[in-house]
Amino acid sequence: MSSQIVLFDAPGPKARRRHTILTVVGLLLAVGILWVVIRKMAEANQLEGYMWSPFVTDPDVWTQYLLPGLWGTLKAAALSVVFAGIFGILFGMARLSSNRWITVPAGVVVEFFRSVPVLLMMVFFYFGYFATSNLVSADTAPLAAVVLALTLYNGSVIAELVRSGVFGLPKGQSEAGLSIGLTPGQVLRSIQLPQALTAMLPALVGQLVVVLKDSALGYVITYPELLNAAKTLGSAYANTVPAYLVAAVIFIVINYLLTRLAATVERRLKRRGGARRTAVVPGVTETEAGPGLPGTVSSRDV
Amino acid sequence: MGDILSKYDILGAFWVTIQLSVLSAIGALIIGTVVAILRVSPVRILRLIGTSYVNVFRNTPLTLLMVFSILGLSFILGLNLSQDLSRNAYLWAVVVLSVYHAAFVCEALRSGVNTVSTGQAEAARALGLTFAQSMREVLLPQAFRGAIAPLGSTLIALVKNTTVAAVILGTKESAGLLAQITENEGASLPTFFIFALGFVILTLPIGLLFTHLSQRLAVKR
Repeated sequence: MSSQIVLFDAPGPKARRRHTILTVVGLLLAVGILWVVIRKMAEANQLEGYMWSPFVTDPDVWTQYLLPGLWGTLKAAALSVVFAGIFGILFGMARLSSNRWITVPAGVVVEFFRSVPVLLMMVFFYFGYFATSNLVSADTAPLAAVVLALTLYNGSVIAELVRSGVFGLPKGQSEAGLSIGLTPGQVLRSIQLPQALTAMLPALVGQLVVVLKDSALGYVITYPELLNAAKTLGSAYANTVPAYLVAAVIFIVINYLLTRLAATVERRLKRRGGARRTAVVPGVTETEAGPGLPGTVSSRDV
Repeated sequence: MGDILSKYDILGAFWVTIQLSVLSAIGALIIGTVVAILRVSPVRILRLIGTSYVNVFRNTPLTLLMVFSILGLSFILGLNLSQDLSRNAYLWAVVVLSVYHAAFVCEALRSGVNTVSTGQAEAARALGLTFAQSMREVLLPQAFRGAIAPLGSTLIALVKNTTVAAVILGTKESAGLLAQITENEGASLPTFFIFALGFVILTLPIGLLFTHLSQRLAVKR
């Protein structure tokens, strides 16, 4: 708890007494919140055994609903991440090019897709193209719309990460490359990009959480992901509230583990030290907020 | 193109976006500040409450929270914010957006606190400032400046995320309206660009303002 060390001195006797009081208050607060939640749920008969027992007794709950839903979520997220990575590296490199005819259009594309809400793109692609034309089969139309929208948005974010990663490298790297006779393109490809990609790794894992969460937007265009599965499960077993809560827990556990993984990767990279640094952009140090601010790139979006 | 504009209330949808953004931004700032105070407090159980809040809401999809607020909390648990159905959905959208983004506001504020170096607090104490004085005069001004850039990013994300409210508000919200127009009239790129432009107009000034502020107010080190 570094923040704690910054803000507070070691507690004396008076402060210790105050902390004890606050601990009691905090406990009461936590218990109070829990009690209200439980009472509200009990009032609405949401704590009855028959609401929750299917999750343990009936394998159909998992094999017919939740696991296929989770598979849908993971499939969309995995495809989007791969495509977004390709998109991001291509456009990130394009923005670093020395040719203005390449950097300006690439910049416009990246900034545009970064500022348009993912849901707008998703419904437009789905209702406008995939659902109505024969570009893809009717089954894969929702998946295509979800993946395309997520790819364009997250690809733009990754493009910015690539750019900031390269800018974050010590200048000597590119100077050394140029002085041994490499072309600027070669310097970018074989010296700067490999280092920048390593530095980006934590932010990339963090972006995975964003993709996973945003894949739930597929709910709007009837893509069969986890949230949709929870909805159909809720109506099939008449246990809407438990179904959503279980889906939420699944999301939270996966995303929490991914966040921890990102932190571990970041710590490891830091420990390696030296010239290699993680991609940190001035003004945004331990960023947990979203990208969108010009010139700042962060590891987590909202 | 012209009759699409006259047939559908695009400006009205953006007015809803603006209302949702402003109200939720205020809500998120208030809740987020409280959670941030909990998270940096010297009391373990309060920190735990703050951390749990952030971990739960940051890792749950906003769409899930939106759907759950109406189908779960409102319809089944009977927690209605208003007797009027559409008003109820609108108020729940504001609450959900506030609660969700509060987790990110908290993290932005905390990252601001983390930019203050330990030496500053030690120096303040060495000068004999009391806790309140060192907070007011030395630590919080610096922490706040460090939090400006991430707060700006959170605000921009909030404006864009108001589209998710379409899940419960339907065509009254811009994403819902775009879905309806596209379904009825077929894909029209100009319409899409109008909607996209709307969001660029809403988010660009915020981005410029916060970049300007964070540079002007940056702590010189």
